Amino acid sequence: MIELENITKVYRMGKVDVFALNGISISINKGDMVAIVGASGSGKSTMLHVIGCLDKPTSGEYILDGQDISRLNDNKLADIRNKKLGFVFQEFNLLTRITAVANVELPLIYGNSRQKHQRAIAALERVGLGPRANHKPTELSGGEQQRVAIARALVNNPPVILADEPTGNLDSASSNDIIALFRELHQEGITIILITHEMDIAEQTQRIIRLLDGKIISDEPVSGKNDVSSNSGDSK
Amino acid sequence: MKIFDFLGMAIRSLLANKLRSALTMLGMIIGVGAVIVLMSVGAGLQNMITSTFEELGTNLLNVQPTNPDAPGIFGTLYGASQASLTMNDAEAMSRIRSVTVVAPTNENFVKLIAGNEDTTSVIHGSTPGYQQAFGYTIASGQFFTERHIARKDTVVVLGSKVAEDLFGSNDPIGQKVKIKDKWFTVIGVLEPKGVGFFGFSLDEVAVTPITTYQARLFSQKTPSGEDAVQSIAVQLASAEVIDEAKEDIENLLRKRHRIAEDKDDDFSVVSMEQMLGEFETITLALTVFLGLIGAISLLVGSIGIMNIMLVSVTERTREIGLRKAIGAKRRDILMQFLLEAAMLSLVGGAIGLTFAWVTAWGISQIDLGGFTISAVVSPFIVIVAISVSVFIGLASGIYPAMRAARLNPIEALRYG
Repeated sequence: MIELENITKVYRMGKVDVFALNGISISINKGDMVAIVGASGSGKSTMLHVIGCLDKPTSGEYILDGQDISRLNDNKLADIRNKKLGFVFQEFNLLTRITAVANVELPLIYGNSRQKHQRAIAALERVGLGPRANHKPTELSGGEQQRVAIARALVNNPPVILADEPTGNLDSASSNDIIALFRELHQEGITIILITHEMDIAEQTQRIIRLLDGKIISDEPVSGKNDVSSNSGDSK
Repeated sequence: MKIFDFLGMAIRSLLANKLRSALTMLGMIIGVGAVIVLMSVGAGLQNMITSTFEELGTNLLNVQPTNPDAPGIFGTLYGASQASLTMNDAEAMSRIRSVTVVAPTNENFVKLIAGNEDTTSVIHGSTPGYQQAFGYTIASGQFFTERHIARKDTVVVLGSKVAEDLFGSNDPIGQKVKIKDKWFTVIGVLEPKGVGFFGFSLDEVAVTPITTYQARLFSQKTPSGEDAVQSIAVQLASAEVIDEAKEDIENLLRKRHRIAEDKDDDFSVVSMEQMLGEFETITLALTVFLGLIGAISLLVGSIGIMNIMLVSVTERTREIGLRKAIGAKRRDILMQFLLEAAMLSLVGGAIGLTFAWVTAWGISQIDLGGFTISAVVSPFIVIVAISVSVFIGLASGIYPAMRAARLNPIEALRYG
């Protein structure tokens, strides 16, 4: 599903090259649920951005769903973000001036889809927020807002959902709800990759990838789960 | 269709900041309103002048003393020139072949008194040719004749407005009117003619023989001591002979005034067409000037739009990042912000247009002492206003929209 082959991402800070990613090679299978952990500055966000086609790697090869992403132009990448990927952010990033359902419709507008409203409602029902479709984000709790964001990520039925600290702004009860929702989606066959720094959340996934200084330092299945294929990354 | 979704998004985001949108539009409302009002008033003025001249006839020449040193028509303004024309000049001109009638005319403002009534009006001292040259017909009584001229009779012919002011519904013929403490007998009343030059009512006039005028009302002498004539209206057989007649008159007067070969004329012969041209130039310049003032307010309005769009792009940096993350392409973001700017501008322009239309209508209703300026908002002006509004919206929106479209999604998502 996702193949990263010796990916590097270099930022130039003044005269010094900073390696945000320094030779990342992993593969994530369809239907996996993976947590990426690491200290801040370890490169986990950059890795998620590369996987999410928001950022282009400096070198290396990235194959998503059999397609070589590394050399696509901006418009093609936008299409892939729209159709194959769903993003969930720590800060929800909902537009506060429009209703929940209008927020969920946004990816459908850019995908030029039909029956936007019905599909958005269906996505909201899938995350258990059908009755609150016409509320504005400010009228919803944090957990509910994150559900709207997940519905927005789901609405185009992407095979992959990427979540950047999705529980970072939530209390523990809401966090558990959101993780439960991700596990549910995982059961339905969606590949889920999430960044977290809370180990108890990471341990609810199948596989934990640890980053340090732009390199993978460990890549292990979560104990008690045995359905992870052994695609251990080469940390260099 | 994506475009309808985008339109909806633009409307929603403008409505989300109602006060800000309204204030930004206000700039466009004032700009478009000002341009249209000023242009249509200018056009109205021009129409008024053109129709006035056309009514007076294109086969009319006017001969006036002029200051040879002053430029253009300014040399003919009262005070700028010395009295140089006489009755003999007029007499000589009337013998030119292409001239049908001459009307040497002096004028001034006087108070006319009859019984308990009085009115202020322009008084013309002229000859019987006056009636034909200026196209008046007699309503009752008679116009004065050469005999009245020769005898310097104290007779007066009244314009319909003056007659009505002084005598109401009574018959003025044979009545006495006091002008400058002298008694004049009313011998005729003119048919109403309506509004003429620059809104002066052509019916607020009294006409008396020029000899009487010179001897008993206002005396003005030429440097050589003859009675001066302020202007001589010359009617020609047709408009085709204007150039020829002008030349004949100029040659005649230069000879009569003994003007040396290398000296400029001390008179000017102006055709109505020429005057029309001069006035059209002035009103055109005025219209352009007024339009420019309006254009400055339009420019200010468009700067307002650009300013607010830049603020909006900065404020919504995260939103732009989010939109890109969920699949918006550069052109989608560009389109979104361009549409918002165009909509601000178009709606503002449309409101400004409505406002200008009402104002122009209001101006047309104002009675400026017997005449009005019909400030017309033509369909052409409407189309221009709408296209200019859209253009301004796009022009002032393009830079902020491009800035939005170029944002890096990752940095945008981290913003704020």
